[in-house]
Amino acid sequence: MEIKETIDQIIGEFENFDDWMDKYNYLIDMGKALPLIEDKYKTESNLIVGCQSRVWLHSSYSDGKILFTADSDAVITKGIVFLLIRIFSGHTPAEIIDAQTEFIDKIGLREHLSPTRSNGLVSMIKQIKLYALAYKTQESLES
Amino acid sequence: MYDKLTSGTIRQDFPILGRQVYGKPLIYFDNAATTQKPHQVIEAISKYYYEDNANVHRGVHYLSQQATNAFEDVRKQVAAFLNAGNSREIIFTKGTTDSINLVAATFGRMIVNEGDEILVSAMEHHANIVPWQMLCEEKKAHLKVIPVSDSGELDLEALVSLLNYRTRLLAITHVSNTLGTINPVKEIVAMAHSKGIPVLLDGAQGVSHMPVDVQDLDCDFYCFSGHKLYGPMGIGVLYGKEELLNRMPPYQGGGEMIDQVTFEKTTYNELPYKFEAGTPNVADVIGLGAAISYLSDIGVENIGKWESELLDYATSKLKQIGGITFYGEAKHKASVISFLINGIHPYDAGVIIDHMGIAVRTGTHCTQPLMDRFGISGTIRASMAFYNTRSEIDGLIKAVEQVKKMFR
Repeated sequence: MEIKETIDQIIGEFENFDDWMDKYNYLIDMGKALPLIEDKYKTESNLIVGCQSRVWLHSSYSDGKILFTADSDAVITKGIVFLLIRIFSGHTPAEIIDAQTEFIDKIGLREHLSPTRSNGLVSMIKQIKLYALAYKTQESLES
Repeated sequence: MYDKLTSGTIRQDFPILGRQVYGKPLIYFDNAATTQKPHQVIEAISKYYYEDNANVHRGVHYLSQQATNAFEDVRKQVAAFLNAGNSREIIFTKGTTDSINLVAATFGRMIVNEGDEILVSAMEHHANIVPWQMLCEEKKAHLKVIPVSDSGELDLEALVSLLNYRTRLLAITHVSNTLGTINPVKEIVAMAHSKGIPVLLDGAQGVSHMPVDVQDLDCDFYCFSGHKLYGPMGIGVLYGKEELLNRMPPYQGGGEMIDQVTFEKTTYNELPYKFEAGTPNVADVIGLGAAISYLSDIGVENIGKWESELLDYATSKLKQIGGITFYGEAKHKASVISFLINGIHPYDAGVIIDHMGIAVRTGTHCTQPLMDRFGISGTIRASMAFYNTRSEIDGLIKAVEQVKKMFR
């Protein structure tokens, strides 16, 4: 599935929620259900700065695609990280770099998360795009 | 007056308390971060800009003199509020952080040399750590730390043993912003003075909860911020003993702080102007004056009494829920409760509590070393003011129960 399709799918899912509590219950369920990362990758160097909770993001690269795994010590954050992984993992560096990220507004996460918190979300996306940029540079050096 | 607190009618003085967030009535429990402002303060500031604005200590014209008088009257008012010996000992700053930095940059640089020690405690706000750390780095001096007990109290025996012939200054908080602990500062000052060591008290969380008498405490410096005292942001106070302030070099250079300026040599103005370079924040000084008048009308004792009732009520209600760990269970506490809901990250709890219209703080509260001391990444902090009510506490309890339900 293309990045845009996944984003549209997520926007659709979030439209079903009538109130904030349903939305957060969904994020909590996502956050609880998923072991997202191997413990050995929960390292200092995989920590994303700018989040009130700790977020680890690990990337690997094979067959031209980037795979992301992640975790957080806060459940809601983990739910949000899961959304990002659903969107970005398994795509090429170029697709990730070009992806639009306005969906955060559409699913009402920015309006419901205060600036410092949504900066955390912004930091996560920035980090994902940075990884993509690094792999893209690597690709062009190798070709 | 006290019944205005118990009945909650005092809330009518605070316009913001009538607003809603997320469609729910705002419950404001982040008073240790900043307090809300009564309309008396807001009106004093706007009246100043509408009718009285002029630069101070400059012109002979009517408005300038009127502004100067009003500005200097607040200085006298602050001196009386702290029971300082005279108003020359009151320096207007931007806030507590600015006050501490002023002392570090002037007094600190003057007295600290290589190998010397500055003593702080493990419960200090970053504002009472970092300026001293920077000074120590510059002077090759050492920062020493008084440990904190599990209940959140200072280890006074350790304090005594840490005060030695190399100690140049003890800088300590009056009330912990994270734990609520009220430190026995009068005794601490006496302990330090018995060894000839001066003491700076960080009063950012002190002045709003209890009467402060700097002569009785005998501290050498006392700092506080206007915005945590129901006054405006961007204004603060440094009290210093006159004899020390006179010995200290100036802080920033500029207008107002000078006596005579030539390109060869400049002589400095006398106290307190020596430490107030540039045009001061006149409007917010006026606002601070209005805040102090307002608080004096209510009576700081009344405020402390009601807040301590709220603290007891909230603590016992939270205890009834169960599964809560408290941080800061000192015998003497201001109305600050730091806690964690067992097994739930404070960020997760904070997001849900916020959506229920309740403003609490989650995180490290600018006290990362203290979080390390307790081995946690942060807490949920509810800090109460005299305008809070029991029913608002009931609201918080409901929110905490909701959090427990959602993350179970």
